[in-house]
Amino acid sequence: MSEIDLQAVSKHYGAVRAVDRISLRAAEGKFLVLLGPSGCGKSTVLRLIAGLEDVTRGRILIGGRDVTRLDPDKRRISMVFQSYALFPHLTVAENIVFGLKVRRTPAAERGERLARVAELVGLTEQLARKPAQLSGGQRQRVALARAIVAENRICLMDEPLSNLDAQLRHGMRVEIRALQQRLGMTVVYVTHDQVEAMSMADRVILMREGRIEQEGTPEELYARPASTFAARFIGTPSMNLVALEDGAGGAVIRGAPASTVLPGGGAGRILGLRPEHIRLVGAGGVPGVVSNAEYHGADTILTVQVGAESLLARAPGRVELGEGAAVRLGWEPGDMHLFDAASGARIDLRQDALQPA
Amino acid sequence: MRHVYGWLLLTPAALLLVGFTHFPAAATLFDSLFSTGTVVRPSRFVALGNYAALADDPIFWQVLGNNLWFALGTIPTSMAIAMLMAIWVNDRLPARALVRMAYFTPTVLPMIAVANLWLFFYTPQIGLLDQLNAWLLGAPSHNWLGDPATVLACTMVMVVWKEAGFFMIFYLAALQSLPPELEEAAKMEGSSRWYFFRRVTFPLLMPTTLFVLVNATINSFKLVDHLFILTKGGPDNASSLLLYYIYQVAFSFFDTAYASTLTVILLLLLAGLALVQFQLVERRVHYR
Ligand SMILES: Nc1ncnc2c1ncn2[C@@H]1O[C@H](COP(=O)(O)OP(=O)(O)OP(=O)(O)O)[C@@H](O)[C@H]1O
Ligand SMILES: [Mg+2]
Repeated sequence: MSEIDLQAVSKHYGAVRAVDRISLRAAEGKFLVLLGPSGCGKSTVLRLIAGLEDVTRGRILIGGRDVTRLDPDKRRISMVFQSYALFPHLTVAENIVFGLKVRRTPAAERGERLARVAELVGLTEQLARKPAQLSGGQRQRVALARAIVAENRICLMDEPLSNLDAQLRHGMRVEIRALQQRLGMTVVYVTHDQVEAMSMADRVILMREGRIEQEGTPEELYARPASTFAARFIGTPSMNLVALEDGAGGAVIRGAPASTVLPGGGAGRILGLRPEHIRLVGAGGVPGVVSNAEYHGADTILTVQVGAESLLARAPGRVELGEGAAVRLGWEPGDMHLFDAASGARIDLRQDALQPA
Repeated sequence: MRHVYGWLLLTPAALLLVGFTHFPAAATLFDSLFSTGTVVRPSRFVALGNYAALADDPIFWQVLGNNLWFALGTIPTSMAIAMLMAIWVNDRLPARALVRMAYFTPTVLPMIAVANLWLFFYTPQIGLLDQLNAWLLGAPSHNWLGDPATVLACTMVMVVWKEAGFFMIFYLAALQSLPPELEEAAKMEGSSRWYFFRRVTFPLLMPTTLFVLVNATINSFKLVDHLFILTKGGPDNASSLLLYYIYQVAFSFFDTAYASTLTVILLLLLAGLALVQFQLVERRVHYR
């Protein structure tokens, strides 16, 4: 009943294609994250689903019903705005039940639902206060409470955590996810923070310039990025993308003839390697020179120069290697990703064609 | 030493303020306690004699009454129209800039020019109003500004026309500072435009309303330019206002003491009104 289905939906502002033929499906009771850099059209998609913007082309179905031309309030959707959109002159309680009052819910039921929701988000003490008298996290909770008190099956959230500090963000991430699971809501959640996407989502849709770049579970996006764009976007520090060239024994890293990494030609291809998959090895592997070591506590991020390319490698604990130290880098063959340099698209490696680096 | 510098810096402003505001105010109060001096009878202390005369002056009471009707007729109307116009031009209309400018135009015109314009509307027989009346209703000509029954209403309509655009600018500025997400959030809940206006926009406009209300009140006692062009306060003082009466007493009848007395009353009236307004609205404005 609360499945969202977008069929080739476009939204143009004059010549700007904010959303360009996007098709996606948010399954009932699942947490779908729209991820992408600033300006890629995430908010626009959300506003189209909400009905706050008119669709230029395409169809939107909710629970199998065509709602493309339906008014926002008829779609039975709740929304949490990035700025929270709380009414500054109303108390927390009045803010939460605003929609119930509009829909003329009887006072007794209103009070009951208010109490229940306030309890759920931990605002029982603050009901009589005005939004200005709350902390950022508490305001966030009011916005959340207002969205869930309507008991709609679908909730849209537009970067609801972007105004909070890192500590609070983590806490709220866990809370929102727990709430969604508990209430079984279908959530479409917009963010440009890949950590939020990875930690909360059942499915992630990665967007770029109004189109879908890749869609999948967080694990799929991490393990098999469909393009260099996706590879760069997911993971911190992001994936190393180094240009390959033809070498004597196969493909080598640009400027490092001794570093055969793959059989076959290398020109026009890009090798992707996640920093956490690179190990320092005693023998074999690819030789390089440390140019920087950044200690992070649990691990150390090494910047290693290999030929004309530089790679980040994540080593556990403290690594006592100064600038100029010679190292050898190794990795599992299965951790390599290959992309086409011109289009950025992923080239699938046949596992049996690989040989250890 | 620091105090000396402080006072030195304050001196120019303080001198101007004392010289042109505080001293005249005190002098006015002082003058109102004396009789107007003439060649044969020099000015002498009469205590509250002028105030007693004022209480017995039927013209004063008539003019005060006129002014109260004038205030009651113009303030709520111009404010309501201003708010409506602001909400209307705040929307995404096709020629929004043009409409805004059209509404604002009366404000930039000097009152004298406005009065001349409206004189043409109100003139018997050849005036726009009479011509329309004759053409649409076949009604006989009416001397709008010459009839004590209609003259005050005529000036009120004109002032509303002029003031509403000015107040609209304040409402427009306030509306533009309201985040659009508030309306979107309400829309998602299914609130009608009227409900949203009543529960959200109107309360959030309260500070502006207070500001405009104070200004409108002061204006309704201050704005008399039009009387010089349209009616000279007539017929029979039917359109005269307090400030215009003060002007007449001071510069036509040269009774400066009585004019001072009237001025003191006007000042007290305005101060009292402003106080009441602030107290009343203050209670309903606080939300930040
Ligand atoms: N009302 C509008 N008129 C014209 N262009 C618009 C309008 N709204 C959005 N756009 C454009 O559409 C594109 C997508 O905007 P959108 O707000 O959806 O981006 P976003 O992915 O949410 O970005 P952010 O992460 O910064 O919020 C942008 O290029 C933006 O400039
Ligand atoms: Mg956005």
